[in-house]
Order: sequence, then C-alpha cells, then structure tokens
Amino acid sequence: MKSLPRLSLVVAFAAATLAHRLAAGDWTQFRGPNGDGVSAETGVPVRLEPSSITWSIGLPGRGLSSPLIIGDKVLVTASSGARQDRLHVLCFRLSDGAPLWERQFWATGRTMTHEKIGAATPTPASDGKAIYAIFSSNDCVALDLDGRLLWFRGLGRDYPNASNSLGMSSSLVVVDGVVVAMVENDSESFTAGLDARTGLNRWKLDRPKKANWTSPVVLRSPGQPNRVLLQSSAGVTAVDPSTGKVAWEFSEGASTVPSLVVSAGRVVVPANGITVLEPEVGAAKPKSVWRSAQLRPGTASPVVVGDRLLTLNDGGILTCASLQDGKRLWQLRLKGSFSATPVVAGGHLYCVSEDGRVQVVDPSKPEGAVVSELPLGQTVIGTPSLAAGSLFVRSDAKLVRLGGSGLR
Amino acid sequence: MVRMQSLVWASFVMGFAVIDAPAALPRRMAAAVEKLRAVGPEGQGHAAAQTAWTDVSKAKASHIPDLLVAMDGANDYALNWLRSAVETVVQRETAAGAKLPAKALESLLRDTRHHPRARRLAFELIRRIDAPKAEALLPGFLQDPGPELRRDAVAQLMATAAGQANGAKAMAVTTYRQALGHAREADQIEDIAKRLQDLGDKVDLAKTFGWVSKWQLIGPFDNTGEAGFAKVYPPEERLEWSAELPGKSGPVKWFPYETRSEYGLVDFNQAISSLKGAVGYAVAEFWSDSARTAQVRLGCKNGWKIWVNGALVFGRDEYHRSAEIDQYRMPVSLQAGKNVILVKCAQNEQTQDWAKEWEFQLRITDEQGTPIVSTR
Repeated sequence: MKSLPRLSLVVAFAAATLAHRLAAGDWTQFRGPNGDGVSAETGVPVRLEPSSITWSIGLPGRGLSSPLIIGDKVLVTASSGARQDRLHVLCFRLSDGAPLWERQFWATGRTMTHEKIGAATPTPASDGKAIYAIFSSNDCVALDLDGRLLWFRGLGRDYPNASNSLGMSSSLVVVDGVVVAMVENDSESFTAGLDARTGLNRWKLDRPKKANWTSPVVLRSPGQPNRVLLQSSAGVTAVDPSTGKVAWEFSEGASTVPSLVVSAGRVVVPANGITVLEPEVGAAKPKSVWRSAQLRPGTASPVVVGDRLLTLNDGGILTCASLQDGKRLWQLRLKGSFSATPVVAGGHLYCVSEDGRVQVVDPSKPEGAVVSELPLGQTVIGTPSLAAGSLFVRSDAKLVRLGGSGLR
Repeated sequence: MVRMQSLVWASFVMGFAVIDAPAALPRRMAAAVEKLRAVGPEGQGHAAAQTAWTDVSKAKASHIPDLLVAMDGANDYALNWLRSAVETVVQRETAAGAKLPAKALESLLRDTRHHPRARRLAFELIRRIDAPKAEALLPGFLQDPGPELRRDAVAQLMATAAGQANGAKAMAVTTYRQALGHAREADQIEDIAKRLQDLGDKVDLAKTFGWVSKWQLIGPFDNTGEAGFAKVYPPEERLEWSAELPGKSGPVKWFPYETRSEYGLVDFNQAISSLKGAVGYAVAEFWSDSARTAQVRLGCKNGWKIWVNGALVFGRDEYHRSAEIDQYRMPVSLQAGKNVILVKCAQNEQTQDWAKEWEFQLRITDEQGTPIVSTR
C-alpha cells in the first residue's frame, strides 16, 4: 500500500512524458536549450517591420523572465499586486497567443525589488514534462504543461534570510532530474538541487555571501557527466547536478550580473573582463586559455556566434572579438540602453534595447551591421526567446511574437 | 429529490458553520484536503500532497467554497497547494459550462472569520461572474481584515475623491480624509497625503504612520570588516543607562534621541557622526494596554538585529541594497505594560554615494498594519 502513491506519481509522469518530447527547436530555459542564446531555428525574420508582428498579447502585472516555448505552448511568468506578491505562470497557444491556462500563487518570501525589475525576473526551465518556475521571493513551483500542480516550495519561507532587497534574478536549469536554484545573496546564501519529481532538496550548498544575479549553466561534454556551472563573486564552481559535489573550481573572481556562456567545451566567463576557461577531465581547476580586460559585458551576458565572441554593454556598445584569443575585431554602437542579452538565429543577433527597439545585427560584416530595426514601443529589460521561426519579446504588459507562420 | 436537496443543503450549511472542517466534501476528498493542509517546510508532506492534489483537483464547482474554507488555519505552503487546486477546478468546470456557486462565494466573502486569502479568492471569482456586483461590494471592505480587499476599497474611495477634486474641493478633502483613515499600505497613504496637500490640507505623516520616535542611542562600536554584526556588545547583554562603555574610538554613553522625521528615521550619522565600520544601538520603551500579538515593521538598508523584551526577533546582515517602509514585518508578542525594543544598526565600510545611510525607521502595528502607539 505504501508504494501506491509513488506508483501513481510514476504513472502521472509517464503520461506527461508521452504528451510531449522536447523538440530541438523548443526554448526551454534562459538563453535557450543550450543556455547560450543560440537557436538552430531557421526562418526567423531578419528584415523586421511592423507586419513581422504575428501576435501581441497582454500580460498581467510585471515581468522580465524570458518566455519558454515548448511544443505548441508559450509559457511565461509574471507578478502582480501592490507588493508584487501575486506570482503568475501563464500558458498561451503558440499559433495565435490564445490563453490556455493560468495559475497564481501567493508569495511566501520577500518580494521587494529594485524598481527596474520585479518578482518575475528569473526565467523558468522545462524538461519537456513540466515547467519549473522560480520568483524573486524564492517561491519555486512545478506544473505540468497543462497547468496541474506537481509541487510548490517556498524557499524564502524555508530559509528566511535568503533574499535580496534589490531582488533576485537567477534563472533555473533542470538537468538529470534535478532543478538547480541559485539563491545567492548577502546573507543566507545557497544553491539547491531540488528533485524535479518531488521538489525535495537533493542537495544544498552554502555559497559566497554576496548578492548574485547570474544564472546557472549546464556544461555537457561528450562522454563526460553533466556539470552545472555556478558563477559568483568568488569565481565559477562546477557541480554534479545529482549530488551537488564540486567537480572543479575557478577561484579568481567573476561578475555577479552577466552570466557565463559555454561554447565548444570552453567556458567564457565575465571575470576580470572576459576569462576563457577550459575544464580538464579530473582536474580540480580549469585551464585558463586567455583573458581580456578590454571586453566588458554590461548587464547582458556574452554571446558566441561561430568563432566570434560578442559582448554588449549597458550603453549599447556591441564589441566583437575573436573567440580564440580575445582580440577585438570591431565595435558597433546600437541605439539605446541595454539590459537584455542578445539571442542568435541564422547567424544574426537580435538585440532589444530598454526602449523596446529590436535591432538585428549581422556580425559577419567587417564592422558588424544593423540590418533592420523595429521599435515595439514597450520597455524591455528581459531577454527574448527564439522558437518556431519566431522571436518572442516580452515587456511588463505585452508578449509579442515576431515572425513565424503561426503554426509549428 | 427535495429531501435529498435538503440534506445536501443542511450539510453545506453545517460545513460553513464549522470553520475549520470542509464537512461538505466527499470523505475521500476531505481526506485529500487534509493532506494538502499538512504540507510544511522543506517539502514536508509533498509525497502525500501530490497524490492528494490530483484528487482535490477533481472537485466540482459546488465544492469550491469548501475548498476555500479549507484555507482557514492553513500555512503559507498549503494555501498555495489549495489555491492551485481551486484554479484547476474553476478552469475545468467553467470550460464545461458549469456555473460557479455565486451565493455561497458571497456568503464566504462576507464572513470575516475566514482566511483573508480565501475571501479574496472568493471575491475574484465573484468578480469573474459579475464584475459590477463585485465593485458594489467594495465599500463594505474599508475596515476589512484582508489587506487586498481593504486596499481595493480604499482605492475606490480615492477614485471618488479624485472625481470630486475639480468641482467640490471640500468634499474631496473629506473623502480623501476618510480614505486616509482606512488606508494601511504605505503607497496609498503617501498618495492620499500628497493629494490632500495639493488641496491645501496637510497630513501629519509621522502621526499617520505611528513611528516609534523616542529612543536612547549609544555608539559607535566597531564593525570593521562587518565583524561587529555578530559581536555581542554590552547593550545586548544588559542595559545600564549610566554606564560608560568602550566604543570604537573611545568611551560611549547612552543619550536621548527623538526623531521628528516624517518617516521616523533614526539617523546615526546625524546623532553620532558619519562613520564607516560602526555599530549603533537604539532602545525604546513601548507601553501596551494589554498582552497581545503585534508586528514590528522595520525599514533599514544597514545590517540590523532587533530584540523585544530581551528575545532576538530577527537579524539581517545585508548592507545597502535598498530600504522601504515596512520592509520587514516581524510578528512579536507584547506584554501588558512596558516592552523594551532594542535595535542594533550596523554600518559597513562601503564608500559609494549610495552607501552613506546609517539609519532605520520602526513602528509597531497590528496584522492589518494599523499603527499601535505606545500608551506612554
């Protein structure tokens, strides 16, 4: 009899698994399926114009999180209420933006943030079976793709000093059946691995007591176990997602705002400018390949396109450098200020300024070139998403799909 | 059929009369509800709750009020498990054409003994069924124990006053004053105060918020390297008003301080000196008519700790991230007569322009945010 609850859970998960298998083009977490902002999608419009907008729908309250696109569903989080303590997970139909379901939760942790962000700043993650969402209040929820609750954790209630009065923004990743939540801050600072099925702690690591707005990144190496890279003011720690055991560490410091990116087995870290690391099997420290103090990303995380590394500072200066040695190749001034990380499809960068201007950049041109731009008339702080031949941009009030035929 | 309906109605009414127990639910579902109510910290009860949630989410529309009643006495985790079940039921049932039980929801809404969140959800469902009706209910919530219902009622009154402001200023002032009397959220209070000021009627914000304004201060003690936050200095062990204590740069003594700031700021930079790497202490006596529960509401962007009657309430070693009114809301028990509030306020060594403040603001309120003022 004791095994029945577990059996029914297994059955439920099996049913959910059959419902959708992750497609290559799904956008499943912050900066996409590989956490690098690059999509294999083709057909995303390069020459943007007003008719590029396939649909534009309203969102409640506020939010900076990136939308997820899983199959024929677009999922996004938001927060509302005078104290931003209403936490929303919303699901829309990909083809036409029609609402499919919405779930609200009451925050159990602190919701105070800087006025520029809100409680729905971290981006959720999905393994194709469920969406796992976390908010600045450190409330973490798992729902299946039809909105059925799998579990709810109030991490801010469990660990009352784990908060940041400026807000928390670390997005989730889910890997090997574990949801990794970075809850790093000045006081009670930790990263936890939560069992994706039950929400229980698999592991919980004490982390540097320093506010940290970066997000974890999964490092997948052929023939090697997966690692989750945790960036902080201290540097980068690679952990086994199943156990939280530390595999290697880079301890020379790193930024607490833009997140590292992995490309071809190398780890590009916003540290002392940019530092590129190459982990070595069995080694406790990665090899340092090169470092450049000239490359200084702002709020936006760095992006790799082919053999080029691009950083974007808050003032709109896009810098292109060689991924091999960091040598600067060109700089291009974009219009406006930037918080959103650029995303890449078809070899083009999609950069969205804070005043909502989407600027499409061709980085293969000798000095880089803006090939088109489209103002959306909304303040955009969060990073866009790419899927189904489309760019998805969200502001507080709107979720906009650009491109795509509507169907998938 | 009539007899069966009577039996159902009787059990439904009985279910409402017994606030804690969802008596009208089928037995299996009631048992499942109890499993949802049993979830606790760090995922306690999740395994049972996951199966139970599936059962509860199959409830009928007619069961929704009972699920809301089940929120009475539930902890914050359980409230969310229950809420998501209710939303799932609402989505499925309304898609299938079922009607939501408007009368039962209104009955629950009007009964302030129920959990404020349950009542708020009932209100939102009523608004979904009949938005004008929900709007018409708002004036009845001006003194509601539920913060969101009260806030919406105050907002409605503010909108009325705004409409009066152009043609009937005196009436607008009266209406804004009425709204002020019922407002409990800082942003609404500040908004109303500004609008009254624009109409030539000044609000005493310090009195409205009810700050604790009279303190005894001492400092500085050392907080170099932020080590002073954890260090137990003498004020944390005993309060001796005439004592001369070893401070950061020489002996220090207690001295009286009264803040006249609109926002009740106790400013150590002003009272002691603009120092870095320093700790200051503030003590206030707070007299209560009776033993009661209350909240200490603090705004502070420095490291801080608070004790009430010698017991540590909470502490936080975060520096210069931000501060706001009622930033921290901490439940406390006041004793009848004198209560002693001790605040430790720690300044670190940051030198940025935005890292200068060494101050806090504090007030005592009830759960709804109504200021409780010391009787002496």
